[in-house]
Amino acid sequence: MTGTQTEQLQLLQPGGQEGELEKAKRTRDRRTYLALLLPAVLGLLVSFVFPLAYMIRMSFNKGAPDGVVIETFTLDTYIQPLTDPYYWRVTLETFQMGVVVGLLCVLVSYPVALFLARTTSKYKGLLIAIAIAPLLTSAVVRTYGWMVILGTNGLVNSSLEGMGLIDAPLKLTNNMTGVTIGLVEIFMPYAILAMISGFGRLNPQLEEAAGSLGASKLSVFTKVVLPLSLPGILTAFLMVFVLSISTFITPRLLGGGSVQVLATEIYDQTTGLLNWPFAAALSVILLVLFGLIIAVYQRLTKRIGG
Amino acid sequence: MMSEVRLFKPRFNVAKPAFGILVFLLYLFLLAPLLIVCVISFASNQYLSFPPEGFTLKWYELLPQESTFMAGMQVSLIVAAIVTVIVLAIGVPAALALDRFEFRGKGAVQSFFLSPLLIPSIVLALGMVLLFGPLHLNNTYAGIIIGHVAVTFPFVVRTTLMSLATTDTSCESAARILGAGSWTVFRRVTLPIIQPGVIAGGVIAFIVSFDEAVISLFVAESGLPTLPVQVLRYVENSADAAVAALSVILILISLVVVIIVERVMGLRKALR
Repeated sequence: MTGTQTEQLQLLQPGGQEGELEKAKRTRDRRTYLALLLPAVLGLLVSFVFPLAYMIRMSFNKGAPDGVVIETFTLDTYIQPLTDPYYWRVTLETFQMGVVVGLLCVLVSYPVALFLARTTSKYKGLLIAIAIAPLLTSAVVRTYGWMVILGTNGLVNSSLEGMGLIDAPLKLTNNMTGVTIGLVEIFMPYAILAMISGFGRLNPQLEEAAGSLGASKLSVFTKVVLPLSLPGILTAFLMVFVLSISTFITPRLLGGGSVQVLATEIYDQTTGLLNWPFAAALSVILLVLFGLIIAVYQRLTKRIGG
Repeated sequence: MMSEVRLFKPRFNVAKPAFGILVFLLYLFLLAPLLIVCVISFASNQYLSFPPEGFTLKWYELLPQESTFMAGMQVSLIVAAIVTVIVLAIGVPAALALDRFEFRGKGAVQSFFLSPLLIPSIVLALGMVLLFGPLHLNNTYAGIIIGHVAVTFPFVVRTTLMSLATTDTSCESAARILGAGSWTVFRRVTLPIIQPGVIAGGVIAFIVSFDEAVISLFVAESGLPTLPVQVLRYVENSADAAVAALSVILILISLVVVIIVERVMGLRKALR
């Protein structure tokens, strides 16, 4: 198993015997780490690589009625979504949703993250834990909670009607408004987490220095705090954007069928229409968009970090 | 004079209470769906409405009679338990290899191990339902479990790596010099050191699998629905309070996980 590299490395070793020992250790090490990695690699091949590869292959097949798949190699499944204005609208809607949710989420998460980054409270750890704990609760349950709050007889409408502020219930579910509100809340913990980590260079001493040099509160914020927290804000925005454009549960439940984004479209193409190749092509398109955004994101963070 | 006075006053003096209130309200927004679910699970209103008319435990008492929920709960528990064992068994050695050995392409292997988190779960779910069709794995335990391995595996690798990174290897070297074999070194020295990461990774894997809805929906909706899939279906058709009691139980299970992770290694560290 020992390749030429190990032998070459061995040549560099002074003293033959030590080199032999090194070589034996290397061989043993190599066997050990390969044995340690093998189960994981196999596990991911089966549960991750094969499904994706199979799906990409499927996207070049042809769909026929009743879920029949014709084995072939064609780009037809891509031509339809790329030429049909309906799919352009769905893609655009998905993007819009991602941008709006990303911006709002950053807006509501920023004060919390700023507070958590600079608080000296002895409950700091607990407060951080509370802010990110919802991440580990079911998205279905949290979306259901929003349905209860925003529904026709929900908390918001009942309260407003009770106070006599509205006559008819506001339409807050089964549309993009509901989906947006739900997603902003659901992705808040991710944004807060990303921001706290990105606030590394934020330093209270800098603010004090700026303040004692005569800067007003507003200019301390706009000239010191905001620029220093920009990397964290950007990371959080892109993370939420990426999560939003691929999310399914919330658009499905709070959208109630009237919000069509790429994820719900993929689901409808599979369960409703059984057009597997077409659903696969839509997934590949989503995956490509995703990859592009992540590439841009990594470029940006590298630039900001360096 | 002005600047002198300012020096002795804490900054953001005026803004402080307003900022505090803002942060409090944002916390309230963040926790609103969870809090509201708890409130209505005890409300006696027959249909979902506000304000609650009275206190009742009837939704909780009805739960054991809801056979779909109980069946879903059983599927989810079995799946999550097996998934946890599998991802620990393959994830901990993998993390060990990444941390304790030097080899070419290590960075690439690590990225590969964490990459399932970067792929939208709906895309993965579609890939699985397509691949599992000809293999007759759809609507089987094996299918759901294989599906969940991909999305839980990165958490175990990450938390174990985190524990490994904070420890030095001198204890292990010492044990080896004193004549302990590789397995003894692992069991008696390394494992106790990385225990927090392993526990945190295990419970996170359990809850992620237990709450996972999209892959389960695609792979096993018609034949072996998990609890989140049952809840999803139920909520889609009727938003009454029966599902609220169930949701509270799901929230409590998550809470237990959160407390364990926070205790053993810190939630922020484990999820970052």
